[in-house]
Amino acid sequence: MSESKVKKMLFILSKGTIENAYAAFVMANGARMEGIESEIFFTFFGLEAIQKKKLEHLRVATVGNPAMHMPTMLGGLPGVEALATKMMKKEMEKLDMPPIGEFLEILSDSGCKLWGCKLAIDMFHLKEEDLIDELDGILTIGDFYNRADQDGTHLLFI
Amino acid sequence: MKKVIGQKEIDVNEEGYLVDFKQWDREVCECIAGECNIVMTEKHWEVIEYIHDKHENQEPLSIRGIKKSGVINIKEFYQLFPGGPLKKATLIAGIPKPKSCI
Repeated sequence: MSESKVKKMLFILSKGTIENAYAAFVMANGARMEGIESEIFFTFFGLEAIQKKKLEHLRVATVGNPAMHMPTMLGGLPGVEALATKMMKKEMEKLDMPPIGEFLEILSDSGCKLWGCKLAIDMFHLKEEDLIDELDGILTIGDFYNRADQDGTHLLFI
Repeated sequence: MKKVIGQKEIDVNEEGYLVDFKQWDREVCECIAGECNIVMTEKHWEVIEYIHDKHENQEPLSIRGIKKSGVINIKEFYQLFPGGPLKKATLIAGIPKPKSCI
């Protein structure tokens, strides 16, 4: 079996939409499944995905998203975003995609490190108890760069 | 292609996965595990049995499924089959590599 040259994947999740969170989670989990190390750094709106009270309420963006094939005016109407999110979640459940909370547990159990961004946590006035128990710690971006400690490390901004 | 595993000549694909499950037995299993630097324990066999059950019932394997299996938790699964647990476990179990992204 051929060995991948990718040894470690570092993800920065900066957005709080459900599709971006899943993109980061699927790629981070996929790395672990291939024997590649992976870590996620949650910053700015990406922090929504690790806040206990918010993580199950992430939504898909219906405005400013041409791939939704929906007029912007319509996407902004009350309830449209919630409906689109519900439909997407239903499709994901069919593919056996775990909900955000369960996915974070799976990632943590799989050895994927989960980090909060210090600057963004301070900016949003978040406390440790607001964040998931699986969090491995709160880092500065410099600390996170230092996690790229081996050849074959790649960094991805989402 | 053919590959000698243990004493037998076995049909495998380019990644080393068995093409015909009928050629699989415990000896072949232990030899493949050895190539992956894994020494089979009681727990390993339990997992292989679980994987065979799933395969027989044509249920897709996933890491989420492992979590719900009641046989093993995800942490132990990674410890038992280091370097990509589903990939290694299916190789050892003599069934095709799972195609799922999750």
